[in-house]
Amino acid sequence: MFSFTVPLGKLVRAVSRLRGGGSALPGLVVEKIDPGFMQRTLSSLPHGVAVVSGTNGKTTTTKMVVELLESQGLKVFTNRTGSNFTRGVAAALLGEVDWRGRLDADVAVLELDEAHAVHFVNKVPPRYCLLLNVLRDQLDRFGEIDTTAMLLQRIAERTTGTVVLNREDPRVARIAGAISGPEVLYFGLDESLRSTFPNDDDMRTAAPGTSPQGDVPASQAADVVLRRVGTDDADFEFDGTRVATHMKLRGVYNIFNAAAALVLARTITGASGRPGDAAKLVKALSEVAPAFGRGESLTVDGQPLELVLVKNPSGFRLGLKSFPAKGYASMIAINDNYADGRDMSWLWDVEFESLREDGVEVLTGVRAYDMALRLQYDDVRFGSVDTDIPAALAEFIRGSAGKPKRVFCTYTAMLAIRRELSKITTVEVVS
Amino acid sequence: MTPAEDTALHASKGTIRVLQLYPRDMNIYGDWGNALVLRQRLLWHGYTPELLEYNVGDDFPEDVDLIVGGGGQDSGQTVIQDDLQARGEQLRGMAEDGTPMLVICGLYQLFGKFFKTKAGPVIPGIGILDVETVGTDERLIGNVALTSPEFGEIMGYENHSGQTSLGPGVEPLGTVSKGAGNNSKDNHEGARHRNVVASYLHGSLLPKNPAIADFLIRTAVERKYGTFVPGTPDDDFARLAREHAARRPR
Repeated sequence: MFSFTVPLGKLVRAVSRLRGGGSALPGLVVEKIDPGFMQRTLSSLPHGVAVVSGTNGKTTTTKMVVELLESQGLKVFTNRTGSNFTRGVAAALLGEVDWRGRLDADVAVLELDEAHAVHFVNKVPPRYCLLLNVLRDQLDRFGEIDTTAMLLQRIAERTTGTVVLNREDPRVARIAGAISGPEVLYFGLDESLRSTFPNDDDMRTAAPGTSPQGDVPASQAADVVLRRVGTDDADFEFDGTRVATHMKLRGVYNIFNAAAALVLARTITGASGRPGDAAKLVKALSEVAPAFGRGESLTVDGQPLELVLVKNPSGFRLGLKSFPAKGYASMIAINDNYADGRDMSWLWDVEFESLREDGVEVLTGVRAYDMALRLQYDDVRFGSVDTDIPAALAEFIRGSAGKPKRVFCTYTAMLAIRRELSKITTVEVVS
Repeated sequence: MTPAEDTALHASKGTIRVLQLYPRDMNIYGDWGNALVLRQRLLWHGYTPELLEYNVGDDFPEDVDLIVGGGGQDSGQTVIQDDLQARGEQLRGMAEDGTPMLVICGLYQLFGKFFKTKAGPVIPGIGILDVETVGTDERLIGNVALTSPEFGEIMGYENHSGQTSLGPGVEPLGTVSKGAGNNSKDNHEGARHRNVVASYLHGSLLPKNPAIADFLIRTAVERKYGTFVPGTPDDDFARLAREHAARRPR
């Protein structure tokens, strides 16, 4: 049967791009006129669909899985626009299918926000899922983190092949006990690294002046274990062998998620019947560059300017730990729009002592004064406070000439900063 | 040691022991912020703070001058409920005796008479506050502003599905001008009884509402030392953060 879905959807996509509009509108149109489009197209893929979800690190982890699979010669469809809602997937599909609606790919690897992932898996049961973590974030949307954990469990329940879980996050590891169908694999951390990655229950006990809580025993063997993290290298262990590799990615949390990506990529290649080439996997892993805004480095006035996305307390803590302040001029940009999280409470679950020695040059964003108040209570010096992001950014660049710069920013603040920076330097366009 | 701590050690006007109630299980929305503000403001006022913790199964510390307790998820409330009952009489005695206390969200509910959860089971409270809470399907989420006769305008953020109604034994903390507060029916937010301040607000509450922090500190110091000699904390950024928060939509 000839279907009008694809031509019409492609037309809407072309028109909406001409207008410079968002990436989800064509997806919405297709969902309305042909609700079966996404399911039909994705179910034709020989190696099925893999869903990546969790609070932190979805975008970078998905990027890693895609690049690892490509290193093994697989053709991968992904929603790399970061539009991690179902409509975004439908929109991305429209861009990739031919005029007869066929998708030239072996496997789909999709990053999905927790709530939208549930909506998605109800339509398209995935063959694989990778569940990264459950941390306090966007509680204004989901209510409680236990609710978020239930959403991830729902994704696992709908998965037909293999579920990959974070062994070190109790809310994620617990999902193994609640599902019976799919195979369960873990990614894990060396014991010496566990204190670097607080899970949500450790969040409070890791605060200064308090004693740490008892460790969750690592009873399960993990398929891939991150053994060591250096400044630009890391050791992973799998198949009983420890492999050291250089890493282009920055940030310990990104490197832990590299272990997650390895498990999923190894599983998919294993099932595809091609013997997975470990050397190629590790080489591909070492070459993965950060996704936009996730430790991305731009050049401004001949100096690097790093953008570090922070959107919840654990992400901010790990961001501060991964990107030491020494020698850098810092700016912090905090917005409170829906995509940032509207409740400022989270800033009080982050310790800023590591910024005390060097201080922070500029604070900006709608909630710049909340950030100022937060730093005041941690005895961290700061320079100017200006809620206007373009003006604050200009001052930051002017005032810190000749120094490498770093900006910690919430999601919508990051978009605003990239927009400003694109006027003066090369910023990769993500469409 | 920060410079303020160093000064305080050399010229302290006295020591105030601040107890965090169940920080391990009840800490979901920046509750550390409230404890941090009490610690720092005590220093800025020239007193030495001693921050203590009480978790399930611990020995209850002696000579506590001020208590602060936070919000938890439903699961956190389940974990602490038996232990809280066992400490109920002691805490009731301290509250009636005038110990200043701040309880937010989950512990506000359990300082009341009961919390009838959405799933059905009733978690008994310790009855310090004449309030009752019923779990609902409606989640009250967003920025809140209220006016209090004692503390002026109070700013914060709420996120709760339990709806609380006040009995005759307590006063509301204030009257809501933006947001829901205790429930979606009346315009009350929080509860006041003796020196207990109970509220649904986080954001965190104390940083942007230094008047409440200083009430708790003053009360603790006066009970222990007779008179409170305040310092001069710089509250310019608190004022500016409040002004910007006030302009944000619900």
